[in-house]
Amino acid sequence: MAMAENVAATAVASSRNMNWRWVIWGGYALVLIVAPLLWRSSLSHTMLSQMGIAIVACLAYNMLLGQGGMLSFGHAVYSGLGSFFAIHALNMVSGGQLTLPVSLVPLVGGLAGMVFAVLLGYVTTKKAGTPFAMITLGIGELVFAMSLMFPGFFGGEGGISGNRVAGKPLFGITFGPQIELYYLIALYTFVCTAAMFAFTRTPLGRMLNAVRDNPERVEFIGYDTQFVRYFAFIASGFFMGIAGGLGAMNFEIVTAEVVGAARSGAYLLFTFLGGATFFFGPIIGAVLMVLALVLLSELTLAWLLWLGLIFTFMVMYAPGGIASLIMMNLRVAAFGKLKPLLPWYLVLGVAALMILAGGGAMIEMVYHLQLNQALGPQMKFLGVPLNAHGVGSWAAAALLLLAGIVLFEILRRRFARLWNRIQEEIEDTVRQREAAA
Amino acid sequence: MDASYLLISTLNGLSVGLLLFMLASGLTLIFSMMGVLNFAHASFYMLGAYFAYTIAGLIGFWWALLLAPPLVGTLGALFERSALRRVHKFGHVPELLITFGLSYIILELVQLVWGRQAVDFKPPAALAGSLFTIISQPEGLSLAWGGKSALCTTASTICTTFPAFRAFGMAIAVLMLVALWLVLTRTRIGLVIQASLTHPQMVEALGHNVPRVFMLVFGAGTALAALAGVIGGALRVTEPSMAQAVGAVVFAVIVIGGMGSLAGAFVASVALGIIESFAVSSDHSISDGLQALGMAISPETFGYAVWSVKLSQIAAILPYLLLVLILIFRPKGLFGTREG
Repeated sequence: MAMAENVAATAVASSRNMNWRWVIWGGYALVLIVAPLLWRSSLSHTMLSQMGIAIVACLAYNMLLGQGGMLSFGHAVYSGLGSFFAIHALNMVSGGQLTLPVSLVPLVGGLAGMVFAVLLGYVTTKKAGTPFAMITLGIGELVFAMSLMFPGFFGGEGGISGNRVAGKPLFGITFGPQIELYYLIALYTFVCTAAMFAFTRTPLGRMLNAVRDNPERVEFIGYDTQFVRYFAFIASGFFMGIAGGLGAMNFEIVTAEVVGAARSGAYLLFTFLGGATFFFGPIIGAVLMVLALVLLSELTLAWLLWLGLIFTFMVMYAPGGIASLIMMNLRVAAFGKLKPLLPWYLVLGVAALMILAGGGAMIEMVYHLQLNQALGPQMKFLGVPLNAHGVGSWAAAALLLLAGIVLFEILRRRFARLWNRIQEEIEDTVRQREAAA
Repeated sequence: MDASYLLISTLNGLSVGLLLFMLASGLTLIFSMMGVLNFAHASFYMLGAYFAYTIAGLIGFWWALLLAPPLVGTLGALFERSALRRVHKFGHVPELLITFGLSYIILELVQLVWGRQAVDFKPPAALAGSLFTIISQPEGLSLAWGGKSALCTTASTICTTFPAFRAFGMAIAVLMLVALWLVLTRTRIGLVIQASLTHPQMVEALGHNVPRVFMLVFGAGTALAALAGVIGGALRVTEPSMAQAVGAVVFAVIVIGGMGSLAGAFVASVALGIIESFAVSSDHSISDGLQALGMAISPETFGYAVWSVKLSQIAAILPYLLLVLILIFRPKGLFGTREG
């Protein structure tokens, strides 16, 4: 009797889960479809296209980092080589040597990424952990140096350019206008996201998690951890290649920097910031990546410094990234305990803004002195006039920064106490419910 | 390939290799002790060069050589105390990540303080000239102290000079190597360090403060990197990209040598330095070798782009090629004891 009830309850729960799944995936598709209608400028269309590409790349990166515990410092190799093969395929389509619908060119990139993952991944995945990270770094440098050595294929400093309006248009779609390309990218993004999510549910995906958590036990039950890592690496290389192919079609030029260390570093940084422990974390990271690369880099020269600082604090205080912060707060909200936290977020935010404003003013003054000396010491930061030679401006900025840091630290400690208390209350409630059930 | 070329290439290679080893030794020490791969190690090398540049401008090069390493070492120890120790409990990947973040921060701060262009950091006047000249005459080789002599003006002699500062850098590296070995094997703190490598709990139970030993080792490792930076910065160029240029090679060195093995790091750095020095100055390509074997290689041959690449062009990727080969044929590295 009890068993039948249990079965019925699980069935209800799983069907509710199924419903939720449809809502989430439907919502994701809807966002992809509606986004370019909400933001209509050509800048936002380019950015949305880049976000779609970055989502594929960061999710593919997270197959290694989040699901396999493999930290790669050279994963741009696979997206970058995918880009190069895709642009050559595109040029062959333009030249008439190859008959292939332009919409399938990203798949060429994917296959190239996969082939190179098969080749290089065999060496790379021989090790796990820290040696794995160092080997990926070495292979990244190897491929980057080689890309400058063979100008015939990689185009040297100038890179290889192409034209995505090639071959016969299908239903009048030429992919010339950005919006047409955006929907192609959105389609790829959706399909790849679904495929990568499905991968996490396959036996291989599950074994990968096991290899991440306890490789020794996996060996005991008779699996070869190296091969599990290797297969995951190949799958990840395929999706990286697709992202690279989409990138080649989006920019219509591929230079050697697509295989460079800076690009690999960006994938790592933003995947981690978004949250490697949840499947959807890298999507947040990818959106942030494009926003930072396009908007933040316009705003300040020191954007990488801010990024590095935020990243370091994230590693120290929230190793699960933004996704984990969201999920933790959702859990608190589900137990109806979010309300007392809200004012804390407000004051913590104010303290963080003080740090940003004070530190930012000082950094901008230094850069102003360094680069715009001819314009004199007067400058503006966030609409506030500053004198880069004046003691007053420096003192004010330093004071603001210092006050912000002290305030933030005091608030953070008190907040941590409150947070821990709430977590304990939640644990208690869960335990009581379990006891009652 | 004459004897003077052989001699000077070997010496140059040795000096590059010893410089690499100064970096690799600190990295290996930190790695074998704490299991932490310090991704920002080359950034500390760069900091050393920039600190020395500023100090040299104020009170002279010799003070810079003396002061820059301890200053950078203090910063390294502070970083260990305030950031690295905090993530130690999360495991090795977050430790690697936090040093990765640090490398971004240091690079940006260096650009903020010293600008994005190279700075003019030169060896001191006392060491600016040549130490000796190799005079290659038809009748044989001879050595002369100092710069080019009157002999060099004759047509049949080839003179090659060896810079004094290069030799000074080599001397510093050898001194450092000996000092390091003495400290690790002959002093009390060295014994505690060695014991903490293998039996941290036992050492802690005996009343030693192991976290503090970690902090000291991290500080010492970064100080060694900074010492290499003072030499390397003055010998080469002091610029914001110097960290990235040398960082990846050093990682290759410690994998080739075997993770955590000081002797392996030494052999790998010197070997890489010498191989690279010979490759850079060579004008041969694979196709030359194949042609010497009797194969016909022409621009129509399949893969001509690969066969015609000059050895001097490959020099930059040799460390990584070697890394891949070592991983295939001897996964634990030259002197490594464990497979990770």
